[in-house]
Amino acid sequence: MIVYILCFILFLVGLYGLITRRNLIKIVISLSIMEFSVFLFLVIIGYIDSGIAPIVDLKETNQIYVDPLPQAMVLTAIVIGLATTAMLLAIAIRLYRKYKTFDIREINNLRG
Amino acid sequence: MELTLSILIGFMIIGAIFAIHAKDLLSAVISVGIVGYSLVIVFLLLKAPDLAIVQIVIETITLIIMVAVVLDSTREELKIKNDFKSFTNITLSIIFAAVLLFFFVQATADLNSFGQHSLRMADAYVTGAAEKTGSINLVTGILFDFRAYDTLGEVTILFAAALGVLTILRIKGKK
Repeated sequence: MIVYILCFILFLVGLYGLITRRNLIKIVISLSIMEFSVFLFLVIIGYIDSGIAPIVDLKETNQIYVDPLPQAMVLTAIVIGLATTAMLLAIAIRLYRKYKTFDIREINNLRG
Repeated sequence: MELTLSILIGFMIIGAIFAIHAKDLLSAVISVGIVGYSLVIVFLLLKAPDLAIVQIVIETITLIIMVAVVLDSTREELKIKNDFKSFTNITLSIIFAAVLLFFFVQATADLNSFGQHSLRMADAYVTGAAEKTGSINLVTGILFDFRAYDTLGEVTILFAAALGVLTILRIKGKK
């Protein structure tokens, strides 16, 4: 149970950064921290105490494996996380070249 | 096992807090590296070697991109003064965290305790998977056989993101 709570705290740390920081790079960092905490939570759910890594040993039947399903899904999510982070950073560097700052309070040309 | 995990996750939390509060953007980026690489160790402890390999590659790529962005622009963190607005922000985030905590408690009440997971959902994937898919690695079997369309979607997203990054960085905007 304590590991679930620690995962939740990690998520909250990311959320805190996302809300309170005004720097685009810090916002990207906070988003990736939140991502990490969710991956961690999903993999922890699939863990079994006496289980071994989900690689089948054809000679030994009746082995207990840890749940491979969350691992496969998290693998997909990690790669998508890279895609979103790269996209966010590209937008950030683009905005920096136009406004000469990472401050989201000064990037307000789209304001109506 | 649970104690080792708790220590590592605590380490990750400290790294995350430092990353958010660092005065220098470069050290903030490096501190995210602490979180990411600790995640690799946690994955290894949780018997997920495939995830650990993927995570270490992805984390390295992300760090390289982030360091390149920071070195190409500025390293200094903005100065934030404490005004009334930040006070409302903090209050709002505390309320938000309390709401999240409520849902977290509700959601984890039905979960099995750590290490007592049952293979109820994954049973169909695990039994006879090596014969069905021809791959002795169950994660690879699920990813590229049972759920191959998911992987196709993932590759599509990666392709679209690469195209998007190229487009964003190439065009010249109005001054």
